[in-house]
Amino acid sequence: MTNLHTLRRKAVNIVMLTITGLCTLFAAGTLVYILGYLFVHGATSLTWDFFTKLPTPVGESGGGMANAIVGSGKLLLLASLFGIPIGFLGGVYLAEFGGTTFSYVIRYVTDLLNGVPSIVIGIFAYTMIVLPQKHFSTLAGGLALGVMMIPIAVRSTEEFLRAVPNSLREGAMALGASKARSILTVVIPAAKNGIMTGIMLNLARVAGETAPLLFTSFGNRYWSSGWDQPISALPVMIFTYAIAPYEDWHKQAWAAGFVLLSLILTINIIARAILSSNKHVAR
Amino acid sequence: MAATPTTVTTSAGPARPAPGYLQRLRGGDEAAYIITFMAAASILAITGLLVLELYTNSAASRSKFGWNFLFTSTWDPVNDQFGALPFIYGTVVTSFLALLLGIPLGVGAAIFLAELAPPKISDGLTFLIELLAAVPSVIYGLLGVFVLIPILREIEPYLKAAFGWTPFFSGPFYGVSLFSAGVVLAVMIIPFIISISREVILSVPGDQREAALALGATRWEATWDIIVPYAKKGIMGSIFLALARSLGETMAVTMVVGNDPKIKASLLAPGYSIAAVIANEFTEATGQLYTSALIELGLVLFALTIVINGMARLMIIGADKYKA
Repeated sequence: MTNLHTLRRKAVNIVMLTITGLCTLFAAGTLVYILGYLFVHGATSLTWDFFTKLPTPVGESGGGMANAIVGSGKLLLLASLFGIPIGFLGGVYLAEFGGTTFSYVIRYVTDLLNGVPSIVIGIFAYTMIVLPQKHFSTLAGGLALGVMMIPIAVRSTEEFLRAVPNSLREGAMALGASKARSILTVVIPAAKNGIMTGIMLNLARVAGETAPLLFTSFGNRYWSSGWDQPISALPVMIFTYAIAPYEDWHKQAWAAGFVLLSLILTINIIARAILSSNKHVAR
Repeated sequence: MAATPTTVTTSAGPARPAPGYLQRLRGGDEAAYIITFMAAASILAITGLLVLELYTNSAASRSKFGWNFLFTSTWDPVNDQFGALPFIYGTVVTSFLALLLGIPLGVGAAIFLAELAPPKISDGLTFLIELLAAVPSVIYGLLGVFVLIPILREIEPYLKAAFGWTPFFSGPFYGVSLFSAGVVLAVMIIPFIISISREVILSVPGDQREAALALGATRWEATWDIIVPYAKKGIMGSIFLALARSLGETMAVTMVVGNDPKIKASLLAPGYSIAAVIANEFTEATGQLYTSALIELGLVLFALTIVINGMARLMIIGADKYKA
């Protein structure tokens, strides 16, 4: 009887452990399969024209997405100009001047903002810029992406500043530096690598955002004529081209997906390598 | 801006008198405080403005439909009739389906990676899985359209054979459907569930496991009866985070859900979601009421994800995280 019981427990043990192994295999396998598919399909659809030419009119084959690549770059530049200073300085506040009820509120609100769906941030940028201006613009897209960058910039800055040992701050002050000077010349330089990596990861994340751009920067089949004009972006092009009924456009969508994903994954891998070599395993 | 200089320690030694306000400003302490404080305050202002903009810009729709907006299912832009129910239904159903598929797979894999796999394999696989969390949703949508839907078309006859007697798997299948959206969302949230759950399980003190094993529990019994209950709160938190993400997910759902604002019991029928209708119709919305109805949908989505996110954070870290 006891033997039978033990046998049953052992059987359950083996069966359940195998099932969890299969879960892992299935999850990792699916994910590897779809990424492999994207890389094979994308790499074969990629041509040099993709990087140098404008999209061709419907029906004509060939062409590229040069304008979308530049557009994504411009949008990310605007987003960085808006989101990084606020996020970085906010993070400095929380790490160096925090400990008050106000900083509790800021942390809470930052988390809240981080959880807002990207499409809702798009609506916000729309009501702030597109509605008063009455036309889509690069500026609105940049604002939307910038707002999305803030919470992560705050969080990563705060975490890396906190990882700096207090003895460094105390040392600087003991040498007669003011608090501002010690933050600027001792604490921030010590956390520099981590903060830069955080910014890179942040950029990689918003680079793939599509939803907030649909009705802010809108899209453009030509070069954008100014910061207050609609502009094309790589993720939006992937969306437009994927749902269009043309075979040629699908190939372009795969190529664009390949380029975008290679960029994002490369940044992620480099960033993680830097982080783990620094042993600042925060995030 | 009320700047309290209390936290500012200065270079002055005890022998000298405390420097005056102007001196401190020149030294940069006060300036540094004010600048960083303003940046922090502007985060509060931006978030406040976001809520305010959503609220005021949905005024037309709110005053016309009131709470009925949430409970009526007619979406007819031509006649200015707007009800959000089909979208809420689609959002909830696709997210629920994603959890149904994603939780067993994700938690199972997390248990394997944390408890059973050799550390090297576990770290390698986790690295890979965490990279997948960085893949943009539009790419999942692309893969959904061209890879997943053809596969689902193959599987569909078997699904119908097995579950065809229920209303959930009846009617024709065109490829784009609530079911496809649920599967894509499941693929997207599995990396989240795995990476957070694994960390939570790894943080369970080792002596818990050792004690169970010493008492004669099998490996599985130690894991399932001791470790998992210990880590339950964190695992639930990861599930809620995944839920919040799938509720707000836009692009991947838009591309595979079928975009049909009807409530049908069958998962194989095309549906719609809140985020998808905003993405599809916002640029072509004509008339103030139409736009304001879409913005009200945004407000609903905002409220939904805030509640779910809040619950997730409470579970994972407890409220004390914000105090520190």
